[in-house]
Amino acid sequence: MDAALEELRERVLATGRHGGRLRIRGAGTKDFLGEALEGELLDIRPLAGVVDYEPSELVVTARAGTRLSALESLLAEHGQFLAFEPPAFGGDPTLGGIVAAGLSGPRRASVGSVRDFVLGAQLLAADGERLAFGGRVMKNVAGFDVARLLCGSFGILGAILEVSVKVLPRPAAETTLAFEMGAAEAIQSFNRWSRRPLPVSATSWFDGIARVRLSGVPSAVDAACATLGGAPLDPGAAAQWWTGLRDHKHPFLSAREPLWRVSVAATAPLVGLPGTKLVEWAGALRWLRTSAAAEDVREAARRAGGSAALWHGAGVAPVFEPLAPALLAIHRRLKAGFDPQGIFNRGRLVPGL
Amino acid sequence: MRSPGTVTLSAAGGGAGEPRFSDCGERAGAGRRREVIAALGAVLPAGAVLAADSDIRAYECDGLANFRELPLAVVMPASEREVAAALAVCSRLGVPVVARGAGTGLSGGAMPHASGIVLSLARLNRILELDPVAGIARVEPGVRNLAISEAAAPHGLYYAPDPSSQIACTIGGNVAENAGGVHCLKYGLTLHNVLRIRGLTIDGEPIELGSLALDTPGLDLLAAFIGSEGLLAIATEVTVRLLPRPAVARVVMASFDDVAKAGDAVAAIIAAGIIPAGLEMMDRRATVAVEPFVKAGYDLEAAAILLAESDGTPEEVDAEVARLEQIVTASGATATAVSRSEAERLRFWSGRKNAFPAAGRISPDYYCMDGTIPRKHIGRVLEEIAALEERQGLRCMNVFHAGDGNLHPLILFDANVPGQWERAERFGAAIVELCVALGGTITGEHGVGVEKINSMCVQFTPAERAAFFAVKRAFDPPGLLNPGKLIPTLHRCAEYGRMRVHGGALPFADLPRF
Repeated sequence: MDAALEELRERVLATGRHGGRLRIRGAGTKDFLGEALEGELLDIRPLAGVVDYEPSELVVTARAGTRLSALESLLAEHGQFLAFEPPAFGGDPTLGGIVAAGLSGPRRASVGSVRDFVLGAQLLAADGERLAFGGRVMKNVAGFDVARLLCGSFGILGAILEVSVKVLPRPAAETTLAFEMGAAEAIQSFNRWSRRPLPVSATSWFDGIARVRLSGVPSAVDAACATLGGAPLDPGAAAQWWTGLRDHKHPFLSAREPLWRVSVAATAPLVGLPGTKLVEWAGALRWLRTSAAAEDVREAARRAGGSAALWHGAGVAPVFEPLAPALLAIHRRLKAGFDPQGIFNRGRLVPGL
Repeated sequence: MRSPGTVTLSAAGGGAGEPRFSDCGERAGAGRRREVIAALGAVLPAGAVLAADSDIRAYECDGLANFRELPLAVVMPASEREVAAALAVCSRLGVPVVARGAGTGLSGGAMPHASGIVLSLARLNRILELDPVAGIARVEPGVRNLAISEAAAPHGLYYAPDPSSQIACTIGGNVAENAGGVHCLKYGLTLHNVLRIRGLTIDGEPIELGSLALDTPGLDLLAAFIGSEGLLAIATEVTVRLLPRPAVARVVMASFDDVAKAGDAVAAIIAAGIIPAGLEMMDRRATVAVEPFVKAGYDLEAAAILLAESDGTPEEVDAEVARLEQIVTASGATATAVSRSEAERLRFWSGRKNAFPAAGRISPDYYCMDGTIPRKHIGRVLEEIAALEERQGLRCMNVFHAGDGNLHPLILFDANVPGQWERAERFGAAIVELCVALGGTITGEHGVGVEKINSMCVQFTPAERAAFFAVKRAFDPPGLLNPGKLIPTLHRCAEYGRMRVHGGALPFADLPRF
């Protein structure tokens, strides 16, 4: 076992002996998100580096502290990429943080989320054991899928040490089309197009303009452009638009004031709440700035088949939608099973856990 | 994964009623049996509880017929309310519950527990909602996989995962096993195509995992549930994602005079940035076995053939097919053919789809394995399998989901010849353990069930298995759902005697002795 790993293990064991708490942290790009930041810092960054990458296997395995920029440039050399487009939030996040937060970018509705691409993970458990789940192969049903359970776990089950993710070839061609239309019409159009065999790789609506990105072989992208109409965006402007959404550089998303991330059924009607919105994922993700009360936002999200999370606004209201009692009981027992003393990231995802 | 009604595995290995697994329980006494049946009968309609030997005999095994057990009773609820009632009784009396769909599973996951009930979900077979605008279908667990695609077809949509047994297997069983199929490299497994599951815990309490939205608060319990082989909860409703049916699909068939070259072609296709809709390989033993039955036109001189399917818009397919032909030729293909019509495309596939029944026609019995390896080791594994054929004195035909490194070696044997089943079992265990040694896994899509429970000791450390038990307890504290499957106990692994040695420690150093 190497020094970086051994040091992490020692810290975890020592913390357990003292009854202390640890706050697992990579690059800290998502410190703003989540319920609480309790405990002494457990810095994952020293545990960095790509362990294995063979482009023809479509899998990259890297240690948790590996930076997104390093991974992306390595993959780009071989014409591949992380198709779930993890957001960087203006920094350079680590692979461990990307998986622990479980957040995906504009391509989510077309290709899937972080969890859909994770094939395996290693976890440093509260008792200092290093546990490996899943693997480096596409199909694997040996044991429960704990590697994917770690996606979006915000570190409450343990410290992620290493992750294997599926990568995809970068599409040969990409074009973004813009359409002037209202939000309701845009959501309808996005869903209609998504039900047809068109190479749609992202959709968004903001301030009266719907944007649709098409990705694939050039002839297919050209044919889809002809089918859909709309005005093609200049490639530079298009790239800037989607990066702005992905990394929250767009001013609507980056302003550090309360912002609701409303995750709903894509075809759900618009909620009748005051405020302004930005729509992604064919309508399944709606960012909302509103003066409405937290409970009203949550109720509207529930009615639309989803939930609302509070971005940049901890303290105003609970960050995440509270869990149903039966699910909370399962969460409690999972936490007790993996981290009986409550060492790791206590309260970050679920209050008290 | 084999066609329904094709009996290809006979009951080998021990007489009827001889329990092969101590984990799967001791037979309950007659008094206990009467108590359980009476309690179930009191809360369920007449006909929902089967207890006569002749009625429950059909449930003694699933698609892995070598492993058999008779349950106390078979319960056939017709609604979620009846499932809840049955679970409440089992929870109160401490009766193990083994959920079952169509019984097509290949790892004994639905093999009954001697002191438990089989909970058949076959009567929960309604499609509750199909929303073509949202692209979703909400169905009961007993709905057949193919029935979803059939219902969605008028809207130009379909359900992507297509295990070979799709005309018979149920969506509930697909969820339990995280079923794949020939198209999952491009379209994903069950995991990637299920949005939401409603289910009941062992206490009969409803839970909802996932949602119609693409994110759900809390831990991703849906991911943990899919592939959990009936150990965590009972699904009563599954909402799946429907995809637009591709406008066109064509398949490139390539012959190779060397299996390793075919393996190289697979790597070259992926390295060129192509994700084919399907990428399958068959060795000569497999093509020779199927050709007389399906007349697919396979090149029987070839050491291996590769089938690469392209789907999408006509423009995408034309471009991709041209590149596929170029790549396989550059990789040394001795012949190539491209399907010119839908009928021809289906004919090219027919041999691959019928490989299992064909094995049943050329051999009295066969044993289907399901390991996954990194693709680059395909040639190496085939060499090892050839060596194992020599050693065990049995033949093996090989079909692969080559695109995702998922192997299905079919070991041919005759259960009536003493010792052959035991040799087949050893042959199979050696293959899956080789997969682990090469960085792969003991099961790609068939599940662990009872079949591979010993191999779990090889793939996972005691601490990892303890984590699996922690997941099990979190969902099912009394441990009544499908006990004895999927996760081996320490005791069982000690008996298997091949636990991995870590950090130079002695084998079993950290193991409590029983």
